[in-house]
Amino acid sequence: MTIDIQIAGENALIVYFGEGLSDHVSQHIQSVAGGLSVWVGSLLIDMVPSYASLMVIFNPALTDHLRVRQLIREAAQDARVQGMQTPSRLITLPVYYGAQAAPDLARLAENAGLSCQQVIDLHSAMEYRVYAIGFAPGFAYLGEVDARIAAPRLATPRKKVPKGAVAIADRQTAVYPASSPGGWNLIGLCPQPMFDPNAEPTMPVQVGDKVRFAAIDIGRFLSLGGQLTNGAG
Amino acid sequence: MHIEILAPGILSLIQDAGRFGQHGIGLTSGGPMDPTAFKWANRLLHNDPHATALEVTVGGIKIKSHGRTRVAITGARVGVSINGRAQPQWQSLDLNPGDTLALAYATEGCRIYLAVAGGFKLAKQFGSNSTVVREGVGGLNGQALRAGDTLACGGLSGPYPAHQCLPAPLRPHYCDQVTLRVIRGYQQAHFSRREQALFFQSEFKVGASCDRMGYRLSGPRVRCDMDGILSEGICLGAIQVPKDGQPIILLNDRQTIGGYPKLGSVLSLDLAKLAQLGPGGRVKFAAITIDDAHNLLALAQHKFANSQTESLEA
Repeated sequence: MTIDIQIAGENALIVYFGEGLSDHVSQHIQSVAGGLSVWVGSLLIDMVPSYASLMVIFNPALTDHLRVRQLIREAAQDARVQGMQTPSRLITLPVYYGAQAAPDLARLAENAGLSCQQVIDLHSAMEYRVYAIGFAPGFAYLGEVDARIAAPRLATPRKKVPKGAVAIADRQTAVYPASSPGGWNLIGLCPQPMFDPNAEPTMPVQVGDKVRFAAIDIGRFLSLGGQLTNGAG
Repeated sequence: MHIEILAPGILSLIQDAGRFGQHGIGLTSGGPMDPTAFKWANRLLHNDPHATALEVTVGGIKIKSHGRTRVAITGARVGVSINGRAQPQWQSLDLNPGDTLALAYATEGCRIYLAVAGGFKLAKQFGSNSTVVREGVGGLNGQALRAGDTLACGGLSGPYPAHQCLPAPLRPHYCDQVTLRVIRGYQQAHFSRREQALFFQSEFKVGASCDRMGYRLSGPRVRCDMDGILSEGICLGAIQVPKDGQPIILLNDRQTIGGYPKLGSVLSLDLAKLAQLGPGGRVKFAAITIDDAHNLLALAQHKFANSQTESLEA
């Protein structure tokens, strides 16, 4: 896989991997990021992996873009040699898809010509990959959902999406880690915290992991600490 | 030794150098919007330049000292008073038990820094005290300061060192028109030569939407030949150009990833000048290379290290 290194800013380079998103590209990004991670805290300040790119931020008092380009090329070369066997973890997240928890499910199903149950089955049948984390702390972008249940963002975003909302936008799905504004279609609630600053680890998932959703009933949802709020308005 | 917040002012935030190495979980960097003024406030008190201090936007904060300490106020020009008596900026000031320090509202610039001897002492979150309100992380419970908050800080004991002040020629000037140096990058190839010429030759105005996350500018419409991109990492100072062609400069509390095309990024030294502008401020851009940027950063670092504060007679 060829990589293309571009300047992002005075102390940041961005590495583009191939075209578009795929498991293969995401795996390659993970391997390169893994190779570079030994430098974080010294020459490198931080990294931002995403769908098809890796941004590498360096400390300009200790190094420069020429040296960092070299480090990136070496990490990419090592990743090629090792054949990218970074194993990914599979994390199962429970979801209550009941009507009170899913204000957009019926509409999404109707537009798709499916029953609500079929949408739920399709959403929970897939293993998704964590392509990126951003937008808000702990917000993991998962892809890709079955094309039949893909749905565009709402024309007018909600002012308040409840914490734990499981949502779809185009072919991406995610769990809102905290209550926030948002324009994704809400199809369920996940009782498991996605971001807890006081927990170790802070998040149950990281970029490169596989995620699967498992449907649970209201009793299980409540016993896992889930809360039904009227926060969907 | 602690200080009490009597009135928080418009927006007062606890900041240190910023939060680094946490982009992987979606946390932004935070940190002072004008790092130069921030570091000088600490230097005037013999603190580590990145000791935890306050960033006060526009002003209006009032604090009471419960103990004996020293403070320094730098950044935007603002009226400072202790127990109602006017005091200078860019100079260390003594606070005695019961003293009340008040800031008026900035008349030049808009980010004021208030440091205290030894720095404010509070538990770090993700390696930093920097408050990012949007994330609810850092500071006191992830929030801006409120009336009644108390902050533990270093006191003053033993022989008093001489008061320090920064000589006038070394103090920054904040004006309402700035030229921001830009390192082109990211999707710059998708902005035609004509569009880039338009961008670098035009003047933009800071809009009403300007905060720690980003500054939205208004001016001629700059077009990119792509509407959106796969979401990717956003660095400090990135110039994002959405479909409406009005650039947004992303700052300390920016989102870590995003899907709008970017023309490049502003030199961090110039972001400090931008951060001192409010709505209506005028902005122009000038292109530099990443090598120029590297040299300018090194020079600024040497200048800061080699500039000396002046001791005042006791």
